[in-house]
Amino acid sequence: MDLDLSADQVSLRDGIAALLEGRFGPDRIRGGFDRVAFDELAEAGVFSLRADGFSWADCTVVFEQLGRFCVPGPLAASLLLGEGRVAGVVEPDRDGRAWVEHLDVLESLYVRRGDEIRRVDPASLDADPSTWPLDPLTPIARVPALPEGEAVGVDAVAVWRSGAMLTAAMQVGLTDRCTELAVAYAKEREQFDRPIAGFQAIKHILADMLVRTEVARAAVYAAGAHLDAPALAGIDRAVSVAKAVAGEAAVANGKAATQVFGGMGYTWEVDVHLYLKRAWLLETHFGTGDEHCDAVADAVAAGT
Amino acid sequence: VQLAYTEQDEEFRTTLRAWLERELTSIPPQPARDAWTERRKWDTDWQRRLFDAGYAGLHWPAEFGGRGASPTEQLIFYEETARARAPYVGVNFVGTLHAGPTLIEEGTDEQKAAHLPKILRGEEVWCQGFSEPGAGSDLASLRTRAERDGDDYVLNGQKIWCSFGQIADVGECLVRTDPDAPKHRGISWLILPMDLPGIEIRPLKTVLGSSEFSEVFFTDVRVPVANRVGAENDGWRVTNVTLKYERGTAFVSELVDAIRLCADLAPLVHDAAQRRELGRCAAEFDALWALTKRNVSQSARGAVGPGAMVMKLAYSEARQRFGELCIRVLDRDALHVEDNELIEERLRVLALTIAAGASQIQRNIIGERVLGLPKEAR
Repeated sequence: MDLDLSADQVSLRDGIAALLEGRFGPDRIRGGFDRVAFDELAEAGVFSLRADGFSWADCTVVFEQLGRFCVPGPLAASLLLGEGRVAGVVEPDRDGRAWVEHLDVLESLYVRRGDEIRRVDPASLDADPSTWPLDPLTPIARVPALPEGEAVGVDAVAVWRSGAMLTAAMQVGLTDRCTELAVAYAKEREQFDRPIAGFQAIKHILADMLVRTEVARAAVYAAGAHLDAPALAGIDRAVSVAKAVAGEAAVANGKAATQVFGGMGYTWEVDVHLYLKRAWLLETHFGTGDEHCDAVADAVAAGT
Repeated sequence: VQLAYTEQDEEFRTTLRAWLERELTSIPPQPARDAWTERRKWDTDWQRRLFDAGYAGLHWPAEFGGRGASPTEQLIFYEETARARAPYVGVNFVGTLHAGPTLIEEGTDEQKAAHLPKILRGEEVWCQGFSEPGAGSDLASLRTRAERDGDDYVLNGQKIWCSFGQIADVGECLVRTDPDAPKHRGISWLILPMDLPGIEIRPLKTVLGSSEFSEVFFTDVRVPVANRVGAENDGWRVTNVTLKYERGTAFVSELVDAIRLCADLAPLVHDAAQRRELGRCAAEFDALWALTKRNVSQSARGAVGPGAMVMKLAYSEARQRFGELCIRVLDRDALHVEDNELIEERLRVLALTIAAGASQIQRNIIGERVLGLPKEAR
């Protein structure tokens, strides 16, 4: 039993962080996701982690960093379904409609209906792009009717489980980065002739941000370890716990960072809103926090 | 990052589980909440059984009679004992979990020999004399005075929140030995026999209606100077050794128990919103269980992360939220506390965000020690 990073995982984390720091800095991130970004991430091995023999726990380490740098794109779907191509995945609503992200970059789009996932050709879709997407770095388009698509023989439940876990890892990255940004700002920003970090009203917000980060990270590591040991009981519960806790933490820390930054946190110029908006976006991926809480309650009631 | 335990750890678990199964069949029923003489006997009898089986002082080094168990073995012990619903550490809490470890780190050979074996065998019960009416969160402002008179200190003052004070043999007692020094530098840590003349103990009734704590009054109590642990006026440093243990290890059984209580509550929940809230509470407890494992993994590597500090704050707050859910789910059935574990627990956990460092103090500590924020005035 070891829920701490191994030496190799520490190197993996530091390696991907260094790459993102150099090539996906704030200016680049604000440029959004494109084919060039995909190729660079693919070259770094982000989408072939599983094919290259890395564990799910290793994947959480990498995806946490992608979240931490607010890297946009259909990242989880490209790893899980892309086979080297830019892939997205959606679950249509009751009326068969869906908001599809990054549609103009997608090479394949997978559609989940119940226990089945089928592939459709994104170029064939009749779509209406949003003129004001909530996450400015994630363009979305309204697709009024999704075609049936072709069968691909992937296990929808397994994909959703892994997708939830990878998303939870990105949510931890967002949570962590918001803590980092807010702490740095609070130490520097002075009011009433002293750094605002010295006021308990601010200090306690920051302490709670750190607490949420640590708790969510532990839950995500446990979920990754569960995916690596599918024979152990409780895998679905562990993944739902991670997605519920990390999702709530990311949104809460996004809001807390906005509050600590005060007026600056309300500006387009400061990055904080990008993190909060990404947190809201990821909350809708692979099951919402509410849905995962319900799943945990089901598991508790069933004694599993 | 992986979940499988080593063969050695699994063997520890199997042996312990079998022992618990055997042993628990011969445990008499738990005494009434306020029957303190009986409770002391029940708890110390269990401690003796642990001792005879080699499970007493699990985390104490072997040279002091402990088992020297690894952090992972300790985790397994708490997990298995809570699952088997074995007796809790109870009145042995102060002795085994923080006074004993403090003596191991800071005591003289004589002090260790006089107390450690008795604590392990359940023959000596300790209480804590730290807080005072005027010294709660600001513990270092304590005023109980100890004046040197030959080979004795003469104590005058008052302590409060002495857990199990009315049945304890010995107390870990903080006193002011230098009233003129800055407040953190005039404190000493004493081993206080509770039967000395001049000590008056008054049980303190809590919100549970029972007396897990006492107030203790000192009038010219003579304590040998040889009972001091650490140097004179160096007691604040020793206190931080004690607090490290008090805040670090106490929550593992609690957490396993909280996860069980979620399962107990589940069949009573019929409202969709409450059911979701139950899922949220259980998710939080599961996440804290993962954090516990992460803390254990880090400490097995000899590394110290912020996990232990995070644990105290996050667990106590989460447990309060769950307690509130219990009240809402039980509705008017919550009005009757007797034999109603979920509601009795709701009352008990009101203390968690206050005792051993109130949440507000814990946030200050995390802010300052982990995040490096400016320090509070002290």
